[in-house]
Amino acid sequence: MKKPNVIIFSGYGLNCEEETKFAFELAGANANIVHINDLIEKPKQLKNYQILAIPGGFSYGDDTGSGKAYANKLKNHLWDELVKFLDKDSLTIGICNGFQILTNLGLLPGALTFNDNARYTDRWVDIRIEGNSPWLEGIKTLSLPIAHGEGKYFSDKKTLLNMNRAKEIAARYVEGEICKYQNLKPNPNGAIEDIAGVLGFKGRVLGMMPHPERAMFFTQLPNWPYLKEKYMRENISLPVYASGLKIFKNGVNYFTA
Amino acid sequence: MAQRIDIAYKIDDARGNAKKGNFEALGISGNIKDVRIVDSYTINESFSKQQLCKIAGALSNPLIEEFSINKSWAPKHFDWVVETGYLPGVTDNVGATARETIKDLLKKKFGKNTGVYFSQSLFISGKISQKDIEIIANSLYNPLIQRAQIKNFARFKKDRGMTVMVPKVKLQQKPSVDYVNVNVSDEELKTIGEKGIKNSDGTRRGPLAMDLEYMKVIQAYFNKLGRQPTDVELESIAQTWSEHCKHTIFANPIDDIPDGLFNYYIKRATDLIRKRRGKKDICVSVFKDNSGAINFDDDYLITHKVETHNSPSALDPFGGAITGIVGVNRDAIGFGMGAKPIINTYGFCFGELNDKRPLYRDAAKTNKMLLPKRIMEGVISGVNVGGNCSGIPTSLGFLFFDQTYRGKPLVFVGTAGLIPKKSHNKSLYEKRALPGDLIVMVGGRIGQDGIHGATFSSVAMDSNSPATAVQIGDPITQKKLSDAIVKEARDSNLYNSITDNGAGGLSCSVAEMAKESGGCYVELDKAPLKYPGLAPWQTWISESQERMTLAVPKKKWKAFQSLMEKRGVEATVIGKFTNSGRCIVKYYGKEIMNIYLKFLHDGVPRKKLVTRKLNVINKEPVREKEKDLSHTLQNILKRLNIASFEFISSQYDHEVQGSSVIKPLQGRGRVNGDAVVVRPKLDSSKGVVLSSGIYPKYSQINTYDMAACAIDTAIRAAVIAGADPDRLALLDNFCWCSSNEPERLWQLKEATRSCFDYAMIYQTPFISGKDSMFNDFKGYDERGKALKISVLPTLLISSIGVINDINKAVSIEPKFVGDLIYVLGETNEELGGSEYYSMLSEKLGEEYIGNKTPKVNGRKNKKMYNAIANGINKQLISSGISASRGGIAVALSKMAIAGGLGVKIALQKLPGSAKTDESKLFSESQGRIIITINPDKKGQFEKIMKGNKFSCIGGVVKERIIKISGEKGKTIINLPIKSAANAYKSTFKKF
Repeated sequence: MKKPNVIIFSGYGLNCEEETKFAFELAGANANIVHINDLIEKPKQLKNYQILAIPGGFSYGDDTGSGKAYANKLKNHLWDELVKFLDKDSLTIGICNGFQILTNLGLLPGALTFNDNARYTDRWVDIRIEGNSPWLEGIKTLSLPIAHGEGKYFSDKKTLLNMNRAKEIAARYVEGEICKYQNLKPNPNGAIEDIAGVLGFKGRVLGMMPHPERAMFFTQLPNWPYLKEKYMRENISLPVYASGLKIFKNGVNYFTA
Repeated sequence: MAQRIDIAYKIDDARGNAKKGNFEALGISGNIKDVRIVDSYTINESFSKQQLCKIAGALSNPLIEEFSINKSWAPKHFDWVVETGYLPGVTDNVGATARETIKDLLKKKFGKNTGVYFSQSLFISGKISQKDIEIIANSLYNPLIQRAQIKNFARFKKDRGMTVMVPKVKLQQKPSVDYVNVNVSDEELKTIGEKGIKNSDGTRRGPLAMDLEYMKVIQAYFNKLGRQPTDVELESIAQTWSEHCKHTIFANPIDDIPDGLFNYYIKRATDLIRKRRGKKDICVSVFKDNSGAINFDDDYLITHKVETHNSPSALDPFGGAITGIVGVNRDAIGFGMGAKPIINTYGFCFGELNDKRPLYRDAAKTNKMLLPKRIMEGVISGVNVGGNCSGIPTSLGFLFFDQTYRGKPLVFVGTAGLIPKKSHNKSLYEKRALPGDLIVMVGGRIGQDGIHGATFSSVAMDSNSPATAVQIGDPITQKKLSDAIVKEARDSNLYNSITDNGAGGLSCSVAEMAKESGGCYVELDKAPLKYPGLAPWQTWISESQERMTLAVPKKKWKAFQSLMEKRGVEATVIGKFTNSGRCIVKYYGKEIMNIYLKFLHDGVPRKKLVTRKLNVINKEPVREKEKDLSHTLQNILKRLNIASFEFISSQYDHEVQGSSVIKPLQGRGRVNGDAVVVRPKLDSSKGVVLSSGIYPKYSQINTYDMAACAIDTAIRAAVIAGADPDRLALLDNFCWCSSNEPERLWQLKEATRSCFDYAMIYQTPFISGKDSMFNDFKGYDERGKALKISVLPTLLISSIGVINDINKAVSIEPKFVGDLIYVLGETNEELGGSEYYSMLSEKLGEEYIGNKTPKVNGRKNKKMYNAIANGINKQLISSGISASRGGIAVALSKMAIAGGLGVKIALQKLPGSAKTDESKLFSESQGRIIITINPDKKGQFEKIMKGNKFSCIGGVVKERIIKISGEKGKTIINLPIKSAANAYKSTFKKF
């Protein structure tokens, strides 16, 4: 079983590439951060990878609309290579700004627009997994943080209907462990049908607003000090990892299992 | 011809709804029905219709937006439209991104003069008067940096839309160098120093902030050379000698201290601690670089620096704050060979939010000062954009309000960094430009923005304060630069030295690095400009943002240049470092500066400062027994200085980099804690702990105690979060006022003396600091009467420390019913300058400051903190909070709100000499921590704490209530947690 190769885009203000690489490596992959300009210079290297990750960040500072300028750059220089990559049996994940870039490229349906509170928001959410995807295999719910100004998912009714039918809604915001713990409303941004993430290319492409790489360790959870005290009193040994890691493991398992 | 593309939302736009809410909050009489937002891009280049369609397509998302080309987009019905855009030369980030997108899309080379300019129109419908629309427009733009046009529906129709404007910079001046005659009367010399060099049209170029004594030294120097100085030389000296750069007040001899306050009280403490520690010294680089650094583990250092950006934030709060935060990021990037920024901190001091009296900078009342609320909103949003866009978690912060910050707000911003100790067998925390190395400027270009920032912030703000001192940050340009340097060029060993272009711009960064090699030679005409027409002196001192200066060995230039090009970062050779002992600058071959480095750096005359003791006796309030202490508690929880600022914490990304451990909002109730813990290396269980302390109110009584309390608080909060007391370091930020007055200097001396004493007792070295000595506003009130507002002498102490195992970090929320509540440390009658007295004063309608500030018993506290650290290490402490502003009552309430669990305590058992219930509840005695523990650990815990003052005063209860019994055993507070939480969160609910 050879470790799959993961390419993680960087440059122009993407900023979660390092922790995303860490998560993939923790899950058992070989991960490389590649600056978009280096890929443009040598586009053929994309062939060496099985997994593509567009991480979170603030590409071009969200100027002209989140993800737009970076998507334009990809369209102008790497479109053919991207299409080829997606045509083969590959996996792609776009997290937060990465998701915004994927929708602007038209590779995932819908659009992401300003949060209902019209403000950048950092908090935790609970999501229920609904879609059919290698990325989501065996996962029912997750608690993850969001941090975005433009994360409100929008799509027209017809597309939504089709997505629902095709099980292409990856996850919805629901009230779960963290919302109950911190008394937060489930939908953080007003996303239509509480959509937190969507799928394309038969589940091989996943875009999601919450950040799984910020929920890979136990000590990243907002309620870990409480859980720690609880486990200590119950003589349960403390966990090291948290559930966000599962997504990265699923990605790796698709090629190794 | 200028072309214009308008882009509008097809679906509901949350921004419009938010604006509607903002406008309604302005208190206008009209009724706003709807606000629609249209984004516009004005392009001064000829494109075909087809090309424009393609461009519009790239700038919009067809699913949610529609566009209109060369025809103003407008909704069918509206009453007013307000369009805002930037003034010429002001950083326009959206315009710049659009320009790049268009260039890339059309594969077209743009001419130098092709610009893309962003503007935004708000179409407002509703019955709104002309006066009200002006109020609305004023809330949308700042005339110092922006322009606005207002049209009503009829006018819009008549004009067939908005008037297209191209805000291109047109500089009329011919870029030339002037000689300045310094052989003039003392009167004229003084004026040059105060108001600046005279232009040919009689206007002045802005403050040099040099007094007659400085000017005389300069006069003598150039007379010896037998020539007059050029404007470049004079401006350059002014920047280097400014209070902002040279810290003259801290450096000059004062009273009986020939070495000055900094050397004698701050640096000496660090030196002594390091010596005493020997091999256990945690410091690695202190006071000499852009940040200070301590050991993190065997291979890495953590760096920290806290800056202030007060004066610019008073004029343009957004620009001032964003420039502050991205500027202090460069203090990490510019540390050693470049540290990676890992966390941002912030702290804002504003005027009272209900203070609406108009103030003016000039007697003619044309320059109106912004109101505290406006300043606050702008500052918060500036740090939001700066921090979030840069991918650096912005976590720890505080808010503090006092009427004395009405003239100048204080905006503290800090950045901690992480850097390996070694790479390529070279130490990364040391650097040295070598003779022959190329002087390379990387990052943004130079414009008129940020001229005289250093000198401007060294004096009081008045009508001479230059508008050009305001800049707007461009975090993405900096992010590209930061990634290219810290993540690539540094580890490829491509340069020998690096520093930030901050205050004084190139004039300071190049001259500073020239000290390392022994000289520099600059060809200033090579420096890349934002637009033509900038005079050489402007180019040399401009503080345009997002730039760093590097020393690149000649043979590495090609590799460096190619890397920067691939990362979209502009890098330009502007000269070379030499060992000539001189700073030589040429402009198209003509020598425009030739000064000995020694004179530039050491020529500043030393002046002896004298202090005069200030005796203060304040009014003591007549205190009556409170009738309803539950109600009093609710009121204090609502106070600006106590209330939750969750709205800030939750709009700042504090999770990026995946490093958060103890977050800014803690527990079920999401309460703002006093410390944060982060894990900068995901493969290590070590963490960094950050905290701070600030008590400006105490300065009205005693600055020695004020400083002691700030230090104790910064240490205490870090210790209870889990920091190792032996691995803590401190940073000082003095924001003083009128520092030319002997009484203010006496206060300063007392505060620094305290810094020495307590650093020594706690063995916590100072590693970096910053001072800003003239936070005064000189202006006019509504009647045109002159007035001066000076900030309270303010000292922010920041602590940075290491926690060995992040799994042992302690949060503030109690976790289980039945746990025991302890108060550690003593509560005494120490209410002078307290939040409780401020509240009483408001109630009584007269200011009662009191006279008893908390006295810090450092030795006792140090012993107790070590015991607590031991308890944390043994995992005996389930939750803990430091009691600070607002006393035990506030700390306990925060715990209860955070945990969502009831707390029941008896004040009778409280250690200390405080007598009345009010004093026990609200005294701000230092050295106190409230903790909860599992009852099973009682024996073990008390054994560890033996020899310290502490007491078990109650427990965590099932009923969700804060229940406190008083001196006589009767219940004095009985407040449901929900009511406490509502009070705590009510103040900023609508922000």
